[in-house]
Amino acid sequence: MSTTTVSPAASPAASATAAGASRRRVRRRGRSSPLSRTVTHALLILASLAATAPVAWLIYLSLGPDKNDYLHPGGIASKAALTNYAFVLQHTNIVHWLASTLIVALGTALVGVAFAATTGYAVSRMRFPGHRPLMWVLLLTQAFPIAVLIVPMYEIFSELGLIDTYGALILVNCSTVVPYCAWLMKGYFDTVPVEIDEAGRVDGLSPFGTFVRLILPLARPGLAVAAFYSFVTAFGEVAFASTFLLDDDKYTFAVGLQTFVSEHDAQWNYMAATAVLIAVPVTAFFYLVQKHLVTGLTAGGTKG
Amino acid sequence: MTVAVESATARLPGERGRRPGPLQRLRRSWEKHWYAYAMIAPVVVVLGVLVGYPLVRGFYLTLTDANSLNSARTIGVNHIDATYTFIGLDNYRDILFGPTAYDRFWSHFVWTVVWTALCVLLHYTIGLGLALLLNRKMRGRTVYRLLLILPWAVPTFVTVFSWRVLLADSGALNQLLGHLHLPQPNWLEDTFWQRFAAVMVNTWCGVPFMMVSLLGGLQSIDTSLYEAAEMDGANAWQRFCHVTLPGLRSVSSTVVLLGVIWTFNQFNIIFLLFGQTSAPDAQILVTWAYRLGFGQQPRDYAQSAAYGVLLLSVLTVFTSVYFRWLKRNDQLAV
Repeated sequence: MSTTTVSPAASPAASATAAGASRRRVRRRGRSSPLSRTVTHALLILASLAATAPVAWLIYLSLGPDKNDYLHPGGIASKAALTNYAFVLQHTNIVHWLASTLIVALGTALVGVAFAATTGYAVSRMRFPGHRPLMWVLLLTQAFPIAVLIVPMYEIFSELGLIDTYGALILVNCSTVVPYCAWLMKGYFDTVPVEIDEAGRVDGLSPFGTFVRLILPLARPGLAVAAFYSFVTAFGEVAFASTFLLDDDKYTFAVGLQTFVSEHDAQWNYMAATAVLIAVPVTAFFYLVQKHLVTGLTAGGTKG
Repeated sequence: MTVAVESATARLPGERGRRPGPLQRLRRSWEKHWYAYAMIAPVVVVLGVLVGYPLVRGFYLTLTDANSLNSARTIGVNHIDATYTFIGLDNYRDILFGPTAYDRFWSHFVWTVVWTALCVLLHYTIGLGLALLLNRKMRGRTVYRLLLILPWAVPTFVTVFSWRVLLADSGALNQLLGHLHLPQPNWLEDTFWQRFAAVMVNTWCGVPFMMVSLLGGLQSIDTSLYEAAEMDGANAWQRFCHVTLPGLRSVSSTVVLLGVIWTFNQFNIIFLLFGQTSAPDAQILVTWAYRLGFGQQPRDYAQSAAYGVLLLSVLTVFTSVYFRWLKRNDQLAV
């Protein structure tokens, strides 16, 4: 039953054009009238403009060589240059920031996935006393506001002399990333058929052997999504990084970008160029993996 | 739903009979489940050390008068020990009922609730609207989808700065409004417009996630339901109310919960949009707590931690009420 006769009066989309078409029209299901199609496109174009304009504006501003060019955007087109990029690459700590960001983000992703994988498997396959409370804790820790942990963490890390180290930041990020990864991977392991485990056990593998040799290789896409999410979370983390990192050399991008704009001076042109340099690779990577993200997201919650 | 393998080894015929003593039961439970416990051990340890211990420590801090002047600290080579003292529940009493409690806590609390409700409502309705449009068969659907998720793809700390330039005095948005002969508000200076700007930027950032999740939900609704509804003479609005919305229930209940939690805890947008010191009235509780603990001198660690504990309590109460409500309506996806 792929086609249905729709009387013009029954469909509001068609009723708009009903005046012109008094005869009964036969339309395929899912095809809409030209008017409704135009409206749909118009709305989507409008929304796309709203979604892209701020980003496009930043790229445009990054080409204006003077820090007050944002006040006279019309002038940028005639004197567009890449001088901001040259300045940022040569005279700021951007290379150090890149290194810090990569250390923190990759470290978080690695630790997050390594610690969470077995737990994801255990809560997906086994029922044991304490299963439900564990699931609750995993969920609840994702709802923790940063304000709860930041003060005691700061105290603890100052006592340990870990303030202004990458290790502290990786550990802090892990407090949110590890439970999230466990939750995400549980969702992924749920999609791997149980029969594979059973076959492994029948062939004499221990539960660990089954996990390492059979399930882990199959779950590689799930691990990749979890790792990517941990990476993005650590990459975009602002509060802890702004508080725990003191040395200009050790800033991550999220902190470094703030240094261009202070109360006294705002170097919007350099800020824009740095922002573009940061955003381009991350955004490109996001688009490459976004198809997988959507399936992963509905499996569990994530921290924004 | 136990794994068949496990239950096969667990249910030995000899295990029936007399109920064993508690110690023996514990040992048997350990023998049966030690694999599981070994596997969850890493996460339990990590959570205990990185969440549990700081949580307890933070709660203890809220019962003291700790600030940056009396906490343990190292200046040069000299180590100074902590000298703060236990003061019981005074911090909570002061925050909730003390003098100027309204200005310090309740005004931010009300604004946080309004902010959360408004943002989630906007995220959801705009996200659903766009998802419905994208769910139609038409040309250019993929392109629109890719363009519309851009705010999600670019890191927040980057996009907030581009909004800051746009919203600056005589920035691009006000220039545009000037050309159209519309009023040009001081986006980042008047309290009302600060709040307006914060909601606007957060909406802009949050819609793509909702849109993509709801689009996934829409695509999982069986099309034969729509055909059946159409056969029964349901118009588009009725199909939306009686097929689409019920079909989206489980996705909606999940994304709304996530949206509430994230928006309530949203730090980056307000912190980066207004900087460390300006716009005190547009601060939600999270950023306000941060300001007490790290954005002023001396840093008030105890009160900041107390705000954190209060925030967590509000969220916990909300989440459990929400889950109970969902359970009653049987709409839970997770």
